Amino acid sequence: MSVNAFYLRTPLRRLATLLYRRGGLLLTVLLGPPLVWFCVIYLGSLLALLWQGFYSFDDFSMSVLPKLTLANYANIFAHGNFEIVLRTLAMATSVTVAAAAIAFPIAYYMSRYATPGIKAFFYIGVMLPMWASYIVKAYSWTGILAKGGIVFWVFGQLHVTWLLDALLQLPYVGGSTLSTSNLGRFLVFTYIWLPFMVLPIQAALERVPPNLMQASQDLGARAGQTFRHVILPLAFPGVVAGSIFTFSLTLGDYIIPNLIGPPGAFIGNFVYIQQGSVGNMPMAAAFTVVPIVLIAIYLTFANRLGWFDAL
Amino acid sequence: MTNAVQFIEVSRSYGNVKAVDRVSIAIADGEFFSMLGPSGSGKTTCLRLIAGFEQPSSGSIRIHGEEAAGVPPYLRDVNTVFQDYALFPHMNVRDNVGYGLMVKGVAKAERASRVAEALALVALADYGDRKPSQLSGGQRQRVALARALVNRPRVLLLDEPLGALDLKLREQMQGELKSLQRKLGITFIYVTHDQGEALSMSDRVAVFNHGRIEQVDTPRNLYTRPSTMFVAQFVGTSNVIDGERAKVLTVGATAFSIRPEHIRLSALPAVGAGQVSVFGQVRDVQYHGSTSRVELALDGGAPLVVSVNNDETGESDLPKVGDPAFAAWPQSAMVMLKDRLE
Repeated sequence: MSVNAFYLRTPLRRLATLLYRRGGLLLTVLLGPPLVWFCVIYLGSLLALLWQGFYSFDDFSMSVLPKLTLANYANIFAHGNFEIVLRTLAMATSVTVAAAAIAFPIAYYMSRYATPGIKAFFYIGVMLPMWASYIVKAYSWTGILAKGGIVFWVFGQLHVTWLLDALLQLPYVGGSTLSTSNLGRFLVFTYIWLPFMVLPIQAALERVPPNLMQASQDLGARAGQTFRHVILPLAFPGVVAGSIFTFSLTLGDYIIPNLIGPPGAFIGNFVYIQQGSVGNMPMAAAFTVVPIVLIAIYLTFANRLGWFDAL
Repeated sequence: MTNAVQFIEVSRSYGNVKAVDRVSIAIADGEFFSMLGPSGSGKTTCLRLIAGFEQPSSGSIRIHGEEAAGVPPYLRDVNTVFQDYALFPHMNVRDNVGYGLMVKGVAKAERASRVAEALALVALADYGDRKPSQLSGGQRQRVALARALVNRPRVLLLDEPLGALDLKLREQMQGELKSLQRKLGITFIYVTHDQGEALSMSDRVAVFNHGRIEQVDTPRNLYTRPSTMFVAQFVGTSNVIDGERAKVLTVGATAFSIRPEHIRLSALPAVGAGQVSVFGQVRDVQYHGSTSRVELALDGGAPLVVSVNNDETGESDLPKVGDPAFAAWPQSAMVMLKDRLE
């Protein structure tokens, strides 16, 4: 053991020395493969998707022709199609707002008041449903919300069925039963995506130093003012992160709209039909761009309003 | 004159731990008052009791004569400069400083002029648009100061405000804080574990230990007339001598303290009225610029620290490690100590 391994001129030693001396080479070796993977698999396929949207579809032969056209993108705004976009957008927005409203108090309690044991319980409580099968959860909701299901039964037992009936009478929100109403669909979406809102908000709140709240109080701010001027702005990047999840997941979903709620496709269903049943890939591609553009608009909006200023 | 802040038998316990134990103090209006002590001695808890972040378990706290128990922090006429500044990271300097005025609904125009005035006071007039993250530690410190002072509190609480600054900046800020306090004439209550800081700035200092106050006095009295062993050892360097040797040297006292600068070294035992002399062996000699620190080992190994003035004593006259030496001091320089507070 007397020979210092450092001076051994083994090939491995030489390679190590080479990589040490030429930092650029080391960087290329380490970063190259993942970067290639990222560029080809992620960016490449995204560009291919965008490109597909400009191809033509021949209705007679039911085949895709490499003839460039703007027709597919124009078609998004056609009567019937644009309603799909609006329907999906309205649902995604309401689900996001509701999820944020429910998640914030939970996240606040978790980050500020919960003891480590209770916090662990909350973590498991929030994440456990995420680990269960999505399909099973969605299907079970059809039973819960159906006429004669749990919700109707509970309202009946409490003798407030009239309240539920009144809710279902509401235009747009209602329907013949909860499971075929937009209200039901909204409940299921909010249930499914809520964990994606709780966790980022909780992480953001955890990073707010407690002495900032004391400083705010010390300077004369009441609880409400401290919340509005200190806690909310500092936690808002978390809300935005969570909303990107709930918003985009709702925009892209096609299973819940299939199982629960009134007829009328979501963007996801439309894409599924176009590429699955009809085989109109260019149209499906054009429609897939819609959620991407909507999210981009949302992020620009959030940035303009300074929601990321506290990052 | 009413006191700015008065503690009457105040205790604060967490479970079985008494962070503050029957503390009574009266802080005069316009006083620069320091709370000095090691970490965990209860000084910061006292400050938080005044700010309203903590409530006393028993006893009474009065702020300008009014009972403070149950009054939330946002209704108290006191402001705090926090240890790590606690600036709002999402607001620029101007909004940070104007925060207290904004939440109290002060009109925009008045707010702007008062913020400008406060920033000028701390020499940061041109920094209004910066974010806290773009400032140095010293500048953040000034912003925190301006943010508190803009509310014109009658009592300013400072929680180790200079702790995070380097030595030069700390000394400069000490001077500025003191002159600011003189200029504004408001009460400063200053928490620190740095005895030098407490002595140099304060009108009076309360020395905390284990949740209790050992002594409240002027810096000069604390240094020259410490009343307990803890104060003698915590404030400045001191030789505390107790036990059998103390009894012999003082004719009966349990303990006394003697400052290193009052002790003279000589090769022969000092003779003369009012002189006390002991014999020891030099254990260590350290050069400290204007003085040298000589540590003797007395019989039985007890250390005695002696400060030798380097202007008066040449290098060749300094004792060497291992040399035998006599240490002598005038009886008048000895301070008799109580063993502990009861």
